[in-house]
Amino acid sequence: MIAPTTVATLAPSGLPGLDPAWSRVVRTPSGAWHVLDNAAQLTAEPVGTLLCVHGNPTWSYLWRTFVAAATAADRPWRVIAVDQLDMGFSQRTGDTHLLADRVRELGELTDTLGLTEPVVTAGHDWGGSISLGWAVDHPELLAGVVLLNTAVFQPLAERAPAALRPVMVPGVRQAATVTTTGFIDTTLALAHPRLDGAVRNAFRAPYRTAARRAAVGDFVADIPAVAEHVSRPELERIAAGVSELDVPALLAWGARDPVFSDRFLRDLLDRLPHADVHRYPTAGHLVAEDEDVATGVLRWLDTRVAAPAAPVTTPERPPVRLLGATLTERAADNGPALVELHGDTSRTVSWRALARRTEEIARGLAVIGVRPGDRVAVLVPPGADLTAVLYACLRLGAVVVVADAGLGVGALSRAVKASEPVAVIGIERALLAAKAFRWAPTLVAAGPINRRVRSALGVEATLVELSDLGAVSDAELAWPDADDEAAVLFTSGSTGPAKGVVYTHRGLAGMRDAVASTYGISAECSFVAAFAPFALLGPALGATSVSPDMDVTAPRTLTAAALAAAVRAVDGAVVFASPAALAGILATQDDASDDDRAALAGVETLLSAGAPVPADLLLAVRGLLPGAHLHTPYGMTEMLPVTDVELDEILAAGDGPGVCVGRPVQGARVTISALADEGTAVGLPSDEPDVLGEILVTGPHLKDRYDRLWFTQDASARDAGWHRTGDVGRLDADGRLWVEGRLAHVVATDHGVVTPVAPERRVDALDGVARAAVVGVGPRGTQQIVVVVEPDEPAGAGLAEPDLAARVRDALVGLPVPVAAVLVVPGLPTDLRHNSKIDRTRLAGWASAVLAGRRARL
Amino acid sequence: MRTVLVTGASGMLGGAVAARLVADGWDVRTLQRRPSGVAGVHDELGSVTDAEAVSRAVAGAEAVVHLAAKVDIVGPEAEYRAVNVEGTRTVLDAARAAGVSRMVFVSSPSVAHTGDSLVGAGAGPAEPSRARGPYARTKAAAEQLALATDQPGFRVLAVRPHVVWGPGDTQLVGRIVARARAGRLPILGSGAPLIDTTYVDNAVDALVAALTAPTDSYGQAYVVTNGEPRPVRELIDAICAASGVPVPHRRVPAALARAAGAGLDAAWAHLPLPGEPPLTRFVAEQLSTAHWFDQRRTREALRWEPRVSVDEGIARLAAHTRAAVDA
Repeated sequence: MIAPTTVATLAPSGLPGLDPAWSRVVRTPSGAWHVLDNAAQLTAEPVGTLLCVHGNPTWSYLWRTFVAAATAADRPWRVIAVDQLDMGFSQRTGDTHLLADRVRELGELTDTLGLTEPVVTAGHDWGGSISLGWAVDHPELLAGVVLLNTAVFQPLAERAPAALRPVMVPGVRQAATVTTTGFIDTTLALAHPRLDGAVRNAFRAPYRTAARRAAVGDFVADIPAVAEHVSRPELERIAAGVSELDVPALLAWGARDPVFSDRFLRDLLDRLPHADVHRYPTAGHLVAEDEDVATGVLRWLDTRVAAPAAPVTTPERPPVRLLGATLTERAADNGPALVELHGDTSRTVSWRALARRTEEIARGLAVIGVRPGDRVAVLVPPGADLTAVLYACLRLGAVVVVADAGLGVGALSRAVKASEPVAVIGIERALLAAKAFRWAPTLVAAGPINRRVRSALGVEATLVELSDLGAVSDAELAWPDADDEAAVLFTSGSTGPAKGVVYTHRGLAGMRDAVASTYGISAECSFVAAFAPFALLGPALGATSVSPDMDVTAPRTLTAAALAAAVRAVDGAVVFASPAALAGILATQDDASDDDRAALAGVETLLSAGAPVPADLLLAVRGLLPGAHLHTPYGMTEMLPVTDVELDEILAAGDGPGVCVGRPVQGARVTISALADEGTAVGLPSDEPDVLGEILVTGPHLKDRYDRLWFTQDASARDAGWHRTGDVGRLDADGRLWVEGRLAHVVATDHGVVTPVAPERRVDALDGVARAAVVGVGPRGTQQIVVVVEPDEPAGAGLAEPDLAARVRDALVGLPVPVAAVLVVPGLPTDLRHNSKIDRTRLAGWASAVLAGRRARL
Repeated sequence: MRTVLVTGASGMLGGAVAARLVADGWDVRTLQRRPSGVAGVHDELGSVTDAEAVSRAVAGAEAVVHLAAKVDIVGPEAEYRAVNVEGTRTVLDAARAAGVSRMVFVSSPSVAHTGDSLVGAGAGPAEPSRARGPYARTKAAAEQLALATDQPGFRVLAVRPHVVWGPGDTQLVGRIVARARAGRLPILGSGAPLIDTTYVDNAVDALVAALTAPTDSYGQAYVVTNGEPRPVRELIDAICAASGVPVPHRRVPAALARAAGAGLDAAWAHLPLPGEPPLTRFVAEQLSTAHWFDQRRTREALRWEPRVSVDEGIARLAAHTRAAVDA
């Protein structure tokens, strides 16, 4: 219990993560401050000072991870994290501090401390406005600003954040903020996941009595939510000043904040258009409690402030043939562009019709106010509509946001919201979700929509209406620049929330060229798109694509006879498919006629993509497509394809340390960053064969960047020009790439690292085993190997029976350390999109708990 | 010939260390209350609490391996303190007075264990007030005492072997076998917690290696194990099978076992009951939490690697059982 005191005191010892040595008291004319200051702990000259300002009702404890990270950094920073007057452990002056007072008092403090440039400010919550006030007033010292869930504009009361409105009512305010600890408790409850009890107590430590909480209420009263509020002019002054700032800026944002929601992020970005953004989709108001923001901020300080890269003198990049160019050139061609088979009927869209419809939709979008650079989320199943909409967006220069239902509803919604579209074009079901979750202000319906639903959702237009609008518009559409944003795609989210991946038009053109050269597709040829997304590539390649009779949302519904019909329809020699579609074909091969078999025998190239393809599945396919070269690519949302391999080469390569994925496709390059003992990829990019490491890739079709995930992008691109895939593997002496799993899943034992793929395949081959996963438990560098088996016969989760455990151990003799434990589970957790990527991270967490004697659910 | 004193050589580990040192060409003295039974050593009979006996035993030795301790799970703490703390002080004083240059203090990972799971843990600081049970608390105090004595000319190092077992072991193997035979060995909880153990030959190797470890490895404590943790149920099953006793089948929830253990601890502490309780809270905790260790620092500092795997150790235990039955 802290005695009520009016003087500034040091922070008590024993608060988690807070070194009492950082704590000091600084006296200024307005009062005595408690601050955290690491100056005495620094062993090297600091780059500059990070001035951290907390909001309401927290204190400098909020910045403890920043102090620790800045102290330990290779290029350290001094951190001054203040407790504002009458807050935290600073003096209780008894004064009421308005916004302008607090900005001035902070200046008094930095004058007293004699801070010299460079200073970077960091602010959270209302501390953000105060830190920006200081920033605007000290241009001579200022070198950058960091903002965490904050604002410099305040909507008038009727539009104030709903979560805050009740406490802004004067009577309620006193009760919520001062008389009780309600406001503090509510704020601390905003953490995701829940804060540890000791950390919650640390946040409460300086606010134990009503007397010590007086300023918490004053802070709320100082929210200038009405036009005549005394602090409004000061806030407006600061906001105007912020718009003039040209120093590096970083916005680190928790998206699940009921107070400082995305609209405040948008406002700050409008004022600081050059700012770097990292938006955490699952973090909340206390973003620095939910995520390791400090490490990222130190990286950012290093990159943007301490050692900013020389101004980029981009070499003149070669001109690019845009994806939509072919379509425009063939606007008078009556030949087939798209052929869709449905039972005995078919629908053909000519190049002329597709080109006209695309142009009309593009103009129609412009008419309803979509501008080049605006983002448009497209939720339309594969088919002629989707093809037209995508090429229309590309023509207009609108950025298409493509999220697939395979992410699951929650992740899909988070992904779309994260990309901040201005419009959603979707089928009725998608528009219902778009409305419910407020994805975008403008909705456009693709396909039929019920009149009442349309009116309830406030749908702006249908695709047909857009075409009509476009047809009568005489707007001249400019073509986008090759280096403008073109699309945002999403990773599968099997390792954390789905990440948005931004492509430029140049990147998409690179993807088209890589596919064309690898699979020998040219204009005037035809292919069968048994994996629907590939149909989208046809207009870019100038090739006719035919879609077989199947449910595009369930690839397994493809039959051998339907595929044969598609091959016959266009005399297609190239087939694009997914593993699920191939499984469907194999399951129905007995129903295929002799004619069908003859048609399939004519297929020359089959590409299976979308998920990893087991070699035995390809072997079985060969029985049905005896004349085809069977290809599988390796790639990821960030770059596709990276490599390609044919079945014959996989068979010739034989057993190896992982999965042989072949050689880089045209334009792509692959290199390896070797692993250290603790399983971190630290090696410089190297092509030396047989070195295990993280796989780095590059090529013309590499992503431009991750969307509003600055820290993630920075980490993935830390080797200039390369993308770190997070996969591990090695090159062999013949230049082939072998993939051995994910970097995060490497088991780092005290006798070297173990990658999971090869040992898992040995266990998979055992009788009674459906599939298995190899995970590590314990600290990296001394991890133990654990095998988790999903048996053929369902079993409860727990230790494997002795016989199974013994057989697994026998199968894995020869690993650097012996298998510590064999566990069984009823089913291994996998990703939603492919149901094939085992969630080893979750599995490892479960195994760690069980093997430490704790109860755990998978 | 170089002379070494081994205290506590009547135990499994102490006897094996003495025998190994004889084989390595040392002149070996031993100090314990009963004859060590080790061939080729000079037995000094007495307690480490007897300063005169200790002085006699250590005279002329250049090195000491101090294993003698009261190792048990019940009994008044004062008895542990007399042997483990005061006895160690006596040995330290006598050794320094006799000009001994190196002393290896045999400790236990339990000195740093305060009840939570240890997962890939290093050798944490000894916790004389927070360690579990009188043995661990007094060994913790003794280890602090020993390491505080380390100085140029009199180097002291602590080795903490974790759960040493092997043929002839009365502690782990003996207790498991006795209880399994009596049908009083349940499976606690899931039986899944990973427990690292030390096959006796590996512990012997590590202690002998410690005697010749580089000087800068001294002054510190090292946990020694096989580095092969196994689920506790698999270990117990394997030991039972190798010892020819029935494998346990009865399951008891871990929390219940801990509570029962605590109750029995209290009963044995306050009532004149014979022997040891069927289950102590300490044992219940040991069997329902993970204990395994990061061995990298130990192997580097002692220039030592375990030679006998858990599987090989189990095979040797089974061979020992067969030989005993045949005899």
